[in-house]
Amino acid sequence: MNPPVGQRKLRLATTSLAGCFGCHMSLLDIDERLFALLDRVDLDRSPLTDTKHCGPCDIGLIEGGICNAENVHVLREFRQQCKVLIALGACAVNGGLPAQRNHLDLGQCLQEVYRTGPGIVGGQVPNDPELPLPLNQVHPVHEVVRIDYFIPGCPPSGDAIWKFLTDLLDGRTPRLGHPLLHFD
Amino acid sequence: MNAPSLFLDGLPVPFSAGQTIMEAATVAGIFIPHLCHHPEFKPQGSCKLCTVKANGRYVSACTMPAKDGMEVENNSPDLNDKRRTLLQMLFVEGNHFCPSCEKSGNCLLQALAYELEMLTPHFTQFYPDRPVDASHPDVLLDFNRCILCELCVRASRDVDHKNVFALSGRGIGKHLIVNAESGRLADTGFSLADKAAHVCPVGVILEKRQGFLQPIGCRRYDLQPIGMQVGRPPATGSNGQGS
Repeated sequence: MNPPVGQRKLRLATTSLAGCFGCHMSLLDIDERLFALLDRVDLDRSPLTDTKHCGPCDIGLIEGGICNAENVHVLREFRQQCKVLIALGACAVNGGLPAQRNHLDLGQCLQEVYRTGPGIVGGQVPNDPELPLPLNQVHPVHEVVRIDYFIPGCPPSGDAIWKFLTDLLDGRTPRLGHPLLHFD
Repeated sequence: MNAPSLFLDGLPVPFSAGQTIMEAATVAGIFIPHLCHHPEFKPQGSCKLCTVKANGRYVSACTMPAKDGMEVENNSPDLNDKRRTLLQMLFVEGNHFCPSCEKSGNCLLQALAYELEMLTPHFTQFYPDRPVDASHPDVLLDFNRCILCELCVRASRDVDHKNVFALSGRGIGKHLIVNAESGRLADTGFSLADKAAHVCPVGVILEKRQGFLQPIGCRRYDLQPIGMQVGRPPATGSNGQGS
């Protein structure tokens, strides 16, 4: 799996926006193949490195959709810095579970969660200026920036992520056939 | 005299008089993607997923009678691209959030998306908000997943003779309704024994208390792609899916 002689290692960045980190857990599910992957790529910004900003990268993996203003900033930074941007998992591809709030009124949602819901006494809607403002609706990432590839699944299996990344690294058109292509 | 035959992607496919392209292909074990077609019902050709090119013209395979010597293009990049676009439009128009759907793995829409390698819905999501109907003791209706195939309409009208379902409205406003003054399924004669309870290709008509008896990952299209299941009889039960 070492990069061909004379070829530099590629840089890979990953992030989780409005996601549950399940797709990142699935990435870790490639198990010992992580060593083979790290022979070929260096990690840039990622929850695995805790680097806060994304430098120039070859591949960016985006988990999760867009539910607040910070998500939009991070996504745009990834698009600026990454040559190839991949939507990873159901939430990035179509909004997923967080998007199931899209037909509800955001103000009423916040009121119910923080003030009027069962068991809450004296609660208030968080208003720290450091908190990113939630968007009215949750959106898939391709509605905000151009996305080069999509890996559906909730989460995509480790095998699916591995197949996709190795296809890409080896210069093949990434392809997920049965049984790797799954929406659930 | 030889039996008449058409040429499906160059392969000779025999047929008998009165058969459609779809029927001839199914007998020959060749898959043509379809959603609103069901072998037990009169075809209506509305979903257009089965569009093929017959003698150079786009036609619905489920309604077009087979003709001797007809050249039919089916599994081609051009047609599959168009079919994938139709699927993408159906996916964004409803709320097809597979991870929370009881039908996942047994769903015809999802199975076709796998078969045609639809990786993204591509278009802007509608995120519709159509109230579900849980009034019936045995069946749940989730209208957010309806693809307007009219299989339940046809089954209830033609087989059950109950006329429980209908489509109402036009164009983008078209939607499935329940034929009762209250609009509730509980106020109709609908029962789990009805044919209409078992023909929904997606997750609109769901039998209650069955949802996850069969685990995700072990369901019909998890085990084998739809393209390799041509001619197999429809599974029974509301979680099964007719071919």
